[in-house]
Order: sequence, then C-alpha cells, then structure tokens
Amino acid sequence: MSYTPHTEQDIQEMLAAIGIDTVEELFHDVPADKRFPNLDLPQGRAQLDVAREITRLSERNLPANQKTIFLGAGAYNHYVPSVVGHVIQRGEFLTAYTPYQPEVSQGTLQAIFEYQSMMCALTGMEVSNASHYDGATSLAEAVIMALNVHRGKRSRTVLCSGVHPEYRQVVHTYTQGMGLEIVGDTACYVDVDKLIALIDDNTALVAIQYPDFFGQLVDIQRVIDAAHEKGALACIVVDPIALGMLKPPGHYSADIVVGEGQGLGLSLNFGGPYLGIFTTREEYVRKMAGRLVGETVDVDGKRGYVLTLATREQHIRRERATSNICTNQGLMALAAAVYVSAMGKHGLRQVAELCYHKAHYAADQIDQIPGYRVNRDYPFFKEFAVECPRPVDEINRDLLGKHNIIGGYNLERDYPERVNQMLIAVTEMNTREEIDRLVAALTEVAA
Amino acid sequence: MGDWNTPAGLKYASTDEWIRVEGTEGVIGISDYAQDALSDLVYVELPGVGDTFAAGAEFGAVESVKASAPLKMPVSGEVIAVNKAVEDTPETINEDPYEKGWIVRIKITNMADLDNLMDAEAYSAYCAER
Amino acid sequence: MTEPLIYDLGMSGRRGIRMPDPDVPETGIPAALIRDDLDLPEVSEVDVVRHYLRLSHLNYSIDQGMYPLGSCTMKYNPKINEDMAALPGFAGIHPYQDPTSVQGALELLYEAQRWLKEIGGFAGVSLQPAAGAHGEFTGILMMRAYHHARGDLKRTKVLIPDSAHGTNPASTTMSGLSVVVLPSDQRGNIDLEALKQALDDTVVGIMITNPNTLGLFEEHLVEVVTLVHEAGGLVYGDGANFNAILGVLRPGDVGFDVMHYNLHKTFSTPHGGGGPGSGPVGVSERLVPFLPGPIVDITSERDGVPVYGLVMPEKTIGRMKAFYGNFGVIVRAYTYMLANGADGLRKVSEMAVLNANYLMARLRDAWEIPYGERSCMHEFVAEGDLLDLHIMALDISKRLMDYGYHPPTNYFPLGKANSTTLNVHGALMIEPTETESKQSLDAFAEAMLAIAREAREEPDLLHAAPHHTPVGRLDEVLAAKQLVLCCRPLEKSETG
Repeated sequence: MSYTPHTEQDIQEMLAAIGIDTVEELFHDVPADKRFPNLDLPQGRAQLDVAREITRLSERNLPANQKTIFLGAGAYNHYVPSVVGHVIQRGEFLTAYTPYQPEVSQGTLQAIFEYQSMMCALTGMEVSNASHYDGATSLAEAVIMALNVHRGKRSRTVLCSGVHPEYRQVVHTYTQGMGLEIVGDTACYVDVDKLIALIDDNTALVAIQYPDFFGQLVDIQRVIDAAHEKGALACIVVDPIALGMLKPPGHYSADIVVGEGQGLGLSLNFGGPYLGIFTTREEYVRKMAGRLVGETVDVDGKRGYVLTLATREQHIRRERATSNICTNQGLMALAAAVYVSAMGKHGLRQVAELCYHKAHYAADQIDQIPGYRVNRDYPFFKEFAVECPRPVDEINRDLLGKHNIIGGYNLERDYPERVNQMLIAVTEMNTREEIDRLVAALTEVAA
Repeated sequence: MGDWNTPAGLKYASTDEWIRVEGTEGVIGISDYAQDALSDLVYVELPGVGDTFAAGAEFGAVESVKASAPLKMPVSGEVIAVNKAVEDTPETINEDPYEKGWIVRIKITNMADLDNLMDAEAYSAYCAER
Repeated sequence: MTEPLIYDLGMSGRRGIRMPDPDVPETGIPAALIRDDLDLPEVSEVDVVRHYLRLSHLNYSIDQGMYPLGSCTMKYNPKINEDMAALPGFAGIHPYQDPTSVQGALELLYEAQRWLKEIGGFAGVSLQPAAGAHGEFTGILMMRAYHHARGDLKRTKVLIPDSAHGTNPASTTMSGLSVVVLPSDQRGNIDLEALKQALDDTVVGIMITNPNTLGLFEEHLVEVVTLVHEAGGLVYGDGANFNAILGVLRPGDVGFDVMHYNLHKTFSTPHGGGGPGSGPVGVSERLVPFLPGPIVDITSERDGVPVYGLVMPEKTIGRMKAFYGNFGVIVRAYTYMLANGADGLRKVSEMAVLNANYLMARLRDAWEIPYGERSCMHEFVAEGDLLDLHIMALDISKRLMDYGYHPPTNYFPLGKANSTTLNVHGALMIEPTETESKQSLDAFAEAMLAIAREAREEPDLLHAAPHHTPVGRLDEVLAAKQLVLCCRPLEKSETG
C-alpha cells in the first residue's frame, strides 16, 4: 500500500490543469532507456501483513533490557521513565521540522534551550549546543574545533587509550584528510604520566574520558593542567549519569566536555539513535559546531527562542563552515530533557549512587571467587575490569546459554594485552538478586 | 540598495575593504556597499596588535545574522591599532563605515600594493554592476 | 501565551520520579570526587507532563498540516513505523550482544541494505551515516580514498554547482579537499562549458543533486557523468531530492559512483524537530571496498538458514560513528519500504511530481516561476522577492504562517545577492510531497493567491506578519548580539 490519497478523478483533473495527458509525460527529461526500471523487489503489502513480518523479525532478538544484563561499554541499560516516550511520541514534537521558522516552532526551541541549560549544569560548562549524532562524533568535532581555535597552527591531538575504542576510530576517520598527528591511543593501559609526556607546543587538544572505558576515575585535573601549561585545550569525554554524583569537568577547568547521552532516557536501540552532548566555554562559542538556540524577544517584547549564530553553520558559511552538520539528534535531546526534568536533581543523584553501590557490591563479591580478580588501579563508578580464568567469549557463551545472563564486554577485542579481561557494567536496573546470580554463575563457569 | 557612499581619497579592494593612506600608515574598514549587503552587524573579530599579514590575507571577520564575511588586507602590513569600539558595538560600522567604523590601523609594509586597488570612481562602477 | 521555563515551574525540594533504596550495602564514595550542587529542575511528574504538552502546542507539525518545505520532503510519517521501532526486540537490544542473540536485527539491516541497493542501482550500501551531511562526508572520504589507493595524490578539487545545498561544500572542506563552484546555465542545468573547462587530472569528482535544488532534472545528466568519468573523476549524488525519482530512475544505472539517501526525507521517518535522521550511502562496484563499517553480511549458514554478522570492508575509510547507524530510524524506513513495495515506491514519485506540477500550474499566473518554461520534478521555486513592491521572501513566509502553513524553504538555493548564477532573488522552494491530496493543494494555492493580492493591496499585513502565531516576528539580531544560550548561568567560581 502507499500513502498517496489520490483518486483517479483527482489525477485526471490535475493532469488537465497542467495540460498533459499522462503522468509518464512528467518524466520526459529522464533518459528513456533507463526510465521506469524493473526493481527486483516485492510489491507493496497491507499494513497488517507488514506488521506481522516485522514483528516476527523483532522476536528473533533477545531484548537485553528485559533480561539480566551486565554489558555496557558505551551503551547502558538505564531506566527509561514512561513519561519520556509519551512526550516524544506527541506528533507536535515528533513530526515537526527543524525550527528554522521560529514563530511556529517555539515548542521545539524552548525545549532545546532548556536541554542546553541542563547540559551546562551537568557538565559545569557555560554553553551547550543542541546535539551531535553521538558521543563519538562529538569528540571528533571537539578535535576539529580545537584545530580552529588554534587557527591551524597546531596539528597534534593527544588521545588517551582510555577513551572508547570506537570513539578513537571515529576521530581517525574524521581527520584523515586534515594532516593531523594523533598520539597516545596505542597503549593498552592508562598511564597519566606517559600521556602528559606526549603534550607539546604543537598540541591542539588533549582528550581523556571520565569515567574511562574501563570504568576508572583517573586524575583529570592533572591532565587538564598539563594541557593548559602547553597552551592546548583539554577535552573530557563523560558519562552524564556519573555527573549526577561526581564533580563535573567544568570544575576542573576543562575547555570542552563531550559525551554520550544515551543513558539519559534513551533505549538501547541496537546502537542508535543516540545523543552527542557537546559543551564548552562561552569564549569558544563561535568556533563550536552544531545548532544553537538563543533567547530573544518578539515585536511585542514577548520572550521567545530562535536558532542563533547561524553564521557558523554550513547553510551560510558553506565551504568555510567548521562542520557540515545539518540534521542532528533533536528528538533525542528532547528525550534527555524530559528525563532530566522528570528525574530532577534528586533522582539523578539517586541513579548515580545506586549504580556506584551496586557496582562495588558486585566487584567485592566477584573478587572473592577463586580465579577472578577485579582491577583496582583506580576508583571506579559503574564499570570495572575483571581478569577471568577463561576467555571472555567462552564465559559469556556459558552465561547466556546456561544461566540466561548477558555478560560483560570482552576487553581483549580492543586491548590485546588485556587477556581474558571482562568489562562488567552494573546499573540501577540490576537487582541484588541478579548480582548474586551472576556471582554464582561466574563461579560455576570458571572451570 | 543602489546609492552607496564611496568617498574620494580612499582606495578600495574588490573584496570591499577601503584604506585611507596616512604617510606610511593606513586605516582600514569596510565600504558602505559591504555594510549594506551584510545588514545589521552583530559581531566583529579583530586581529591582535603586532600581527602581520600579506595583501589579500584574512585578518578578521564581520558577521550579521545572515552572513559572515572575512576581512581581507588590501595591502601588506603590520597591525598597530584596532578599534575596540566596533568590537563592543558592531552596528557602528553600519552607521558610519568610513569614520567611527574604522577597523584596524596598520603600518604598510609594501606601498606598491596600493597600485592594485581601485579609486572611488572605479569602485563605484564596480558596485553598480554587481 | 509564554510557557515558563521548566526550572521556574519547580520548587526547592520537590521530587520527580522516585528510585528504589539501595538493596546492597553502601560503599563509601571518596568525598573529593563528589559534586557540591547540581542545578537541575525540581518538579513533579505532572509538572513535566503539563510543561511539555503546553510546549508541544506551540509547534507546527506534519501531523497538523501541510509543510511545503522544498528539499525536506515533509511527507506523512506513518504511525506503524513508530510501533515497529518500539518493539522490545528492537528497542531493547544492546549493540554488543552476541550476534546469535540479535539475528532478527541483523537480518533487518541486511534487507534494508539490499532494498536500498536495488532502489538506487548500487553494488554496496552502508547504513552507518547518521544524517545526509554525514553521508556526504562519507562519500567524499571514499572518493578521496579511492584515488589515494590508485596512487593518485594529485586530485584535490571537488566540483560543486552553485545551486547546491551548503552541506556539499562544507563536507568537501572537512575532507581536506577544495571546492570549485560550477555556474548554472539559463535553463537551470550545470553549465556544460564551465564543466569542461574545470575538468582536469586534479579533480576528485563532482557532487550533483538531481533533480537539483531548483526542482529541475539535469537535462545533460548522462553527458555530465561521462565527461567526469573520462577525466578520471567520480560522481557523487546528493540524494536529498530522491523523492522525485523512486522507481523512475536508478542513479547507479546512469553511472553515479556514490549517493547518500535521506531516510528522514524520502523514506518517511519523522524529522523530530531536527533529527534523528539517517544518511546511508550506496556505492558502485569500485567503491565497495571503501565503505565505512561495520556493514551486515551473511557470514555463514546453519540448516539452510543464513547467519548474519558484522564485517568491516577490506579498504574501509573507517567508522563514521560508534556502533552501526541510527538503527531505530532504519527500522522505520524498512517498514515503509515493505509497505510500499516496488509498485508503491514508484507511485510515491509519480504523485510527488504530479502534485508539484499541479501546484505550479495553479500558482503561475499570480507568482513568477523562474525556469517556469520547464516542467518541474517534485518541487519548484517561486520568486519571493517582489522588489517593486518592497516585499521580500521572508515577508511572504511570515504571512503564510497566518494562513496556518509552515512556509516553504527560503534559505537556499542562494540567489543573486550571493553572487550565484541562479535566476532567483529570494527563493520560495515549494515541495508538496505525495501525501497531500488535491483538496489540500487547492487550499494552499488559495492562500498563496490571497497573499499575492495582499502584497499589492495591503503590503503592511506582510511586513508586520505573522499576526496569528504564538509569538510575533522574533528579533534575530538581538539573539546574536546578546547571547543568552542557557537559562542558568554558572557562578564564576564553578568554572574556576
């Protein structure tokens, strides 16, 4: 079925008004030998048939958020309050366009303005944009922004290996045409001293993650200070859920704070759509990419909101724009704003504490199982690395097959020296009973 | 639209900057045509005092809500003063582009560059056909 | 009719959603790491619901009425797509789950790849790019990588028509390449002579939007592609206007090397007030190894049933984002593709182009149509600057809002004021899409005819418009000069 409402009579009347006889005539500019190809695809179907087929596809997946899951590594099973879905499914938000005509888009604009304000509060920074595609592309945009702040005079980026492996890959992809030097991300460990030693007078940006990919809370103040000493910008990649409890990077004088907002009310969705958070200092606002909502007044002096500083963007600057971003993740930013509003300052603090306590309980219990050892090099938030007695893939197969538990991430996949190390994530969604079952299962599959 | 002020005695670049030569120094701004095309300016990015630029190089930028335009040096020179007033109140350039709206004062390092610029009449004709 | 900020609706100490108490012993948290304050709203759940409901009433949306935004393809967003995307088997799966536990999702991605390949006439597809501009950046990086792999480092220029969307040159710059702008001819096509002059062995390729942003089909399409290929360059197709040629022409069949699709335009996924979108890329055989990854392929077989897995193309340009793409958006688009089928997709373009030509016919007596001697495709441009009446396209747009419509696109294509060769001053780019009925089009035409009359007889109505919207015309100059980007400015001590 198609969604076109035309009757045969409509079509005839319209053709007459145009002055032609058939619809095909409208395509006379299309090369005749290539026109109206035969597509090797099925014909259209009724809605209920389509629903049946696609539902069947969905049933061949195991929905992690309804099971016992200890898998994180950049995407987390956090609680999604019902109110989020109900708000973002409203047609007025869902089917609205980008707010280029502000007089008929105040709903979207004010919601994004509020989102920007909340992200500033969480990260401790002065300005936020309206979103990037995800945490990885936010980091890539931060790297590019730093190059622009330094007016192209510096060409090194120091990237800590504790930053998510896929984020670092995206930075490499984005900058492959820019003649940039990227250092620091080949180690399998996080050594703040070695990282600092790489910062020189040619460094535009130093990027470190907090908590890092291994869940650790390293001394970001030292790294930020070292970056500033050499005139480089410091970018911190954060988990916004952690900021419900922890001192934000703004407090440590970070210059740019980016992160993945999926934990703020977005479902796992097999990796997307997610939410790229991007905040920075007000002095850099003109170098920041992405949409920006600002407050103003109308002709009658009434408060209103508009997209502002559009002269940074591609539709005005074209080849001189610092980024090509147009469509972003507007609805996901709205979802995050609803989540943060509904949970509030107290709720977010509670979520962070629950993650912290449950993760530490799990770590303590697992440490007592012979053959397993939790990595305690640094304090951690909701994830930690565990040395296991067998390869992680084998353990996970048994955990799922015999115990219906989705186990943690196989760190050896990205960090070859971390043999048999599993990254376990614990969130507010994991009950004590689930954690105890994990411990029992890990004990059983150790052999 | 149409009738732009183009004072005689100044030299003009095809990129719409003007320069008033004062001995070996020059004062630079943007023309009435340029401020009209950009409309209400909201931001001016100034270079630092002491910065040097070749003729044609970008030394700053001006922005309105609908456009952003680089400022290009009409001649080679070293910046010896910048007009902080336009940084605080960009619309000064719209109101008075040739006097109060001056942008930088430079020491000209290659006087021969002036020969590549237009006089008021040539620049007026150039604007008329755009 | 101003809605208070969410912060101002709250009260100190008011709680929203309650979380359970810890069911495990508490571990001490190092005091030095804990933040002193968190300046977030303190509202109840009902405050949240009311606030966002009232905000939603201030928006215009497709669900409410027609949105004739050129090059945005604001078609109806089917609700079944939403239900399918929300199924727990799609919404609840983690990207790093063992592939054996997500075969349904991988199969859906594989099939979406296959449908897009077939529809576009391409040999390979990656679903990873998150939006059209992201797809463009991907495409240019692949073209660059292709030449480098051949040992050709001389090619650094990309040819782009002056009618192109701003993301085209911006994507080129991000790839480290430079832009050469091509003028248009009198009929709105790429100027062939200028193209021939610009082609040499330093050209990476050309970026074409077809139909272009004037809504016109490129009359010399085959010749343009041939010329570029003969010069050793590649052809990139911007698929923003693909809604005009679904089932009518496959860009791969005329030699395009790479094209991005906009799922949030052509394939009905909702715009969400600014995303999320999805910008998959399709490529010809020679670019297949360079696709960003991972992509989905059949990696083995078990009992005659294909087993799906994730693979990285052998000469991949790399990852464009974390994970696999905007999966939730792809589920919606795939549902749409299945519902339409091959026949439905062709019907989409036929009715989209019919609607645009009908609307053009209804408006052409009252409105000047640059390039109006040609028939248009799925969109057309009307001249919005009525210079002799001192009315600008912006005034027309603001007045249309009083008639209950979201105005057409006017920030591009760029007109004479921006030194392009296009025969337009202030563009009103109108794209009705195929989901508007004849009655809906007639009503819009009546509004435009009324505004044309008002422009002559009551111009002040336009200059002071809009009059009937939640806010009046907003001061964008003030917004840029006095930046207020956050309603809770930080105390200086917090940012240290």
